[in-house]
Amino acid sequence: MSEKDPYTQTGLRESATFDKNTMAEIRRAAETGIYDIRGFGAKRKVPHFDDLLFLGASMSRYPLEGYREKCNTQVTLGTRFAKKPIVIETPVTIAGMSFGALSANAKEALGRGASEVGTSTTTGDGGMTPEERGQSTKLVYQYLPSRYGMNPDDLRKADAIEVVLGQGAKPGGGGMLLGQKITDRVAKMRTLPMGVDQRSACRHPDWTGPDDLAIKIQELREITDWQVPIYIKVGATRTYYDVKLAVKAGADVIVVDGMQGGTAATQEVFIEHVGIPTMAAIPQAVQALQEMGMHRKVQLIVSGGIRNGADVAKCMALGADAVAIGTAALIALGDNHPQWEDEYKKLGSGAGFYDDYQEGKDPAGISTQDPELSKRLDPVKAGHRLANYLRVLTMEAQTLARACGKNDLRNLEPEDLVALNVEAAAMARVPLAGTSWIPGQNGGY
Amino acid sequence: MKTLDLATTSLREINQALHDQAKECTEREWKITGAKGDHNIACGLDAALSVDIEGHAGYYCAGMNKKAHVVIHGNAGQGVAENMMSGTVRVKGQASQSAGATAHGGLLVIEGDAGARCGISMKGVEIVVGGSVGHMSCFMGQAGALVVCGDAGDALGDSLYETKIFVKGSVSSLGADCIEKEMRQEHLDYLADLLNRAGIDEDPASFKRYGSARQLYNFKVDNVSAY
Repeated sequence: MSEKDPYTQTGLRESATFDKNTMAEIRRAAETGIYDIRGFGAKRKVPHFDDLLFLGASMSRYPLEGYREKCNTQVTLGTRFAKKPIVIETPVTIAGMSFGALSANAKEALGRGASEVGTSTTTGDGGMTPEERGQSTKLVYQYLPSRYGMNPDDLRKADAIEVVLGQGAKPGGGGMLLGQKITDRVAKMRTLPMGVDQRSACRHPDWTGPDDLAIKIQELREITDWQVPIYIKVGATRTYYDVKLAVKAGADVIVVDGMQGGTAATQEVFIEHVGIPTMAAIPQAVQALQEMGMHRKVQLIVSGGIRNGADVAKCMALGADAVAIGTAALIALGDNHPQWEDEYKKLGSGAGFYDDYQEGKDPAGISTQDPELSKRLDPVKAGHRLANYLRVLTMEAQTLARACGKNDLRNLEPEDLVALNVEAAAMARVPLAGTSWIPGQNGGY
Repeated sequence: MKTLDLATTSLREINQALHDQAKECTEREWKITGAKGDHNIACGLDAALSVDIEGHAGYYCAGMNKKAHVVIHGNAGQGVAENMMSGTVRVKGQASQSAGATAHGGLLVIEGDAGARCGISMKGVEIVVGGSVGHMSCFMGQAGALVVCGDAGDALGDSLYETKIFVKGSVSSLGADCIEKEMRQEHLDYLADLLNRAGIDEDPASFKRYGSARQLYNFKVDNVSAY
C-alpha cells in the first residue's frame, strides 16, 4: 500500500471541497493565526476571454489584407476636457505599479518598454521617481488615497492623472507594503518609518462620494490649469453604476480593472473572492457610457488578466478604447522565469508559481528592494523585451481585426464575437456560438 | 494689491492669474472678494504671494499650496489646505472636515473649530486649531504636529505614525495605538514656538502630548483586535 502512488491508486478520492490547497491553507492558518498575504492576481478559473471567439469574415463580411491594408492602432485618450489629450500608438498601456512594490530598475524598464512603442506607463502608490519620469514619454500619475509622495510639482509633470478608487485585485481595499520592502528610499518617499508594515487607506481622505469627487477633479484640473486628462480607476464590481457616477463626476477616461488584475500584496481572500471578471465588467461599462451618450467621448480602458492580442482585440470588440497590462508586463520583464527555478524552490515556490511579491525576495529582481537582487534586472534589456511583447500584442490584435474586416481596432464590435459557453455569453452579452441566443436578452433560437 | 471679484471673474481666470505669478511675479499682494462658498479658490499656488479671501471658501481652498500666505476671512469648507507643501494658510472662522489632509509642510492655522478628520494622513504640516476638532482627527498621521486648543473628538490619532499631537482640553477617546506621552522640555519649547508662529496666545504647559505607541507598526497576531 505504502509503495503505491496515493494520487493514482484506485479508491483514493480527493475531496472537491477540501482539496489539497484548501487543506494546506487550513493548516497554515492554524499554525500562524494570520491571513495569507500574497501578490499576483486571482488564480482561480473564472469566465475569461478564452471563452470568446471571433467570427472572421467570409461571404457576408469582407476581410482586409494582412500586412498590406492598414489597421489603425492609435488611440487618443482624454478628449473630453483636457487641453492636451494623450495620443498612444498602441491601445495597450502599462497599468499602475508602485516603486516600492517594484524595484527602481523594474519601473525604469516599464517606462523604457512603453516609450519604445509609444504607449503610456503609470506610477503607483508611492509617488513618481525621476527614473520613471525620465524614461516614460507618456506617464500617468496616480492619485491614491494614501497620497504618498503626492505633490503639485509631479502632478504638473504628469501627462495624465489617474484618480484611483480601487483595483480589481482588491476592490474596497487599500494598498499594502510590508516592512521588508520599506527601505530608506521607499520610506522617505512615503514619509514613513523604515521597516513599518504600510497599510494604505482604502478611502480618500478628503472626499466621500461622487459629488465630492466632482469637486476634487475640478481642483486637480485647476492645479494643472486644465492641461492633462483625468482618469478615474475602479475595481470591477458594480461597474454600471460606478461608470455612470465617474462620468458624472467629470472623468475624461475611465479605467475598469477586473478581478484577474494583479497586486503587489493583499490578502488572498480578497484576491480570490471580491470583484467580477474583466469580461463581465466591460459590457456594463459600455452600456453605462452609451446610455449617457458618452461612449468614445469618455474613453474606456480595461485591465485584468490580459495576456495576448486576442484578449486585447476582444476587449476592443466589447467596446473598450484601450487596455492596460500589469502582470503580463512583469512576466515580459522576467517575472517567474524558469532561469530562476532553483532560487524559487529555495523560497518554497517555483517558476510559474511565485507570488510572494510582498516578501521582497524576488529572484528576478522585479518585486524587490534588495539592491543585489535588483541588479539582476537590466532595465534596458528588460525594457526591450517588454517593447517586443507589446508589439506582438498589437500585431495579434491587428491580425484579428483585419480578419473581421476592420481597418481600426476600435471598429471591432460585439457583433464580431460569439461565446463558447452560456456563462461567457451572458457576461459578455454576445451570442452562444452557432446560435443567436444571448442569455438574459429576448429572442434567439 | 490686486483685487479680483468672484462675482465678476471666473474661478478659472482667478486661479490662472495666481498661477501665472509662478513664472513671473508681477504682484505679491492679492485680494479675492465675493467668495460665497466657491470651491477650489487659490489652489495650486506656487509663489510667495499674500492672498486674502474675503468671504467663505468652499472645498479645497489653497489646496496643494506652495510658498503662498493665504488668509480666509470667513469659514472654509472641506479639505482646506489639503496636501499643502509649504507656506501658510489661516482660517479666521471655522473649518469643515479633512482640514490639512495629507499636507506635507507649511503651517495651517484655524482660529475657530475644525470638523472631523482634521489632519488626516498629514505628512509634515503643522496645524494649530484655536478651537476644537472633530472625530478621527489625525487618523494615520505620519509626520508634523497637530495642536488643539479646545477639545478633541473620538478616536484621536487612530493608527498614528509619527505625528505629534498636543491637546489643551479634553479628548473624547484615543484611537488605536495612540497614547498620552510625557511632555518634556523639548516639547514645551517646540509648542511655545509653534503657538507663537500661529499667533495663538496659549500656555504650552496647559497642553497634554499624544503620540504613537508604535505597537501596530508591524503585523502581530496578538494585536488582531486592533486591526
